[in-house]
Amino acid sequence: MNAHAHAEEEDATNAYQSLAETVGHDDPRWAFGSGVEDVQAEITSPVPEGVDPADLAQYCLMVGDDALICSQRLTEWVSNAPELEEEVALANIALDLLGQARVLLARAAHVRGDGDEDTIAYRRTESEFRNVALAELGDGLDFGRAVARLLLFSTWRLALLQRLLGSRDPVLAAVAGKGVKELAYHRDYAARWVVRLGDGTPTSHGRMQAALDVVWPHAEELFRTSDVERRLAGAGVAVDPADVRAEVDAVLDEVLAAATLIRPQRPAVGTIGGRGGRQGVHTEQLGHVLAEMQSLARQHPGATW
Amino acid sequence: MVTATGTARAAAAAVVDPEMPMLTLADLGVLRDVTELGDAVSVTITPTYSGCPAVDVMRDDLRAALTAAGFARVEVRTVLSPPWSTDWISDEGRRKLADAGIAPPGRVGLRPAGPVPLTLTAPADVVPCPRCGAPATEETSRFGPTACTALRRCRSCREPFEHMKEL
Repeated sequence: MNAHAHAEEEDATNAYQSLAETVGHDDPRWAFGSGVEDVQAEITSPVPEGVDPADLAQYCLMVGDDALICSQRLTEWVSNAPELEEEVALANIALDLLGQARVLLARAAHVRGDGDEDTIAYRRTESEFRNVALAELGDGLDFGRAVARLLLFSTWRLALLQRLLGSRDPVLAAVAGKGVKELAYHRDYAARWVVRLGDGTPTSHGRMQAALDVVWPHAEELFRTSDVERRLAGAGVAVDPADVRAEVDAVLDEVLAAATLIRPQRPAVGTIGGRGGRQGVHTEQLGHVLAEMQSLARQHPGATW
Repeated sequence: MVTATGTARAAAAAVVDPEMPMLTLADLGVLRDVTELGDAVSVTITPTYSGCPAVDVMRDDLRAALTAAGFARVEVRTVLSPPWSTDWISDEGRRKLADAGIAPPGRVGLRPAGPVPLTLTAPADVVPCPRCGAPATEETSRFGPTACTALRRCRSCREPFEHMKEL
């Protein structure tokens, strides 16, 4: 190794040094517009033959918004978690989901021929989001509710992504390829905490059961098939969420049994005129998530630093 | 996979991972392709995890290294598919990880088709302590300081250490 290469290796161990080298180079945009669409090879793939681009864009928003909004909720735990290890775990899970969301939102923008990942994330209003309510549900910084929500979310999303591995859309298939490995870790993390708290002390058991009771009414929506999903599932691009119910139920039953918890018997949250998250009808909680997530981008459009 | 054998290949392969600088991008297995065409070069990398924040830094470092190596036009692209696996870390990379006190990942092999089984208890994988070599170590946290590492502790020397988890 020559002296120059050796010096570079040493520099790379110094975070501030490498930051300083990056700024003034050709990509100083650390805030917005870091440009996943410009560099991510798969995002510009052609829309599969016979597929309506508007449907594909909507579906990418659904799967992307689920990840984006759930990620934002998990991020609320940063500096608030009960232990450093859990904070790091929740932040890492949020980061995985954010990575999945960025590619899917950029794909939606590309297919629509309008905007980019940032305009889609930061400039849409509530009714333009297509995530399920479970993703936007606040946990009030109750750890039991956070892991209950994550257990439902990750069990369901893992089952969906497992089936999306064979999607005719190369971006959905590629996101699934990475996501399946990541979601397997997320689900194990949530499931182990549910077991540990459920099969713990009377207090932890009671709080874990109460947490499940809060999130469970939002489970039904996860298996409701929207028109877009039905059409795209028929075209080999999407998954009909109704098809994953049995698998999700079996996993949840296994966790609940090990945790000595009971499946909550609570009425499911219904739709409004047949419309729910997939059609842009959300709980009042999404507005709070967006207010926090979008305020900086809206106040300083295109800001860089 | 890597097609170029000239200076571009050497310059790109020597760039180190920003989070684990003991490894080069080639050691880590994220460098997928280097193609030279005159004074232009195209590099393809793949992220380890979907949200890996190091990717932007890798791109900048690759651009800087290839510009310094004399290339006028440098393009760095990322691909997600096929998904990166820890199996792609080279033997040299595994040795460097262990030397730095990070237990290298076990071999994953081909993922079986069908649903991913739930694992309710931490797997009893044998991860020897990278410091004292004792075989009995325990996982203290599945998620370590970076997305790709877990935290473990040696039952013999009691030292905590990082383990690059299998993906």
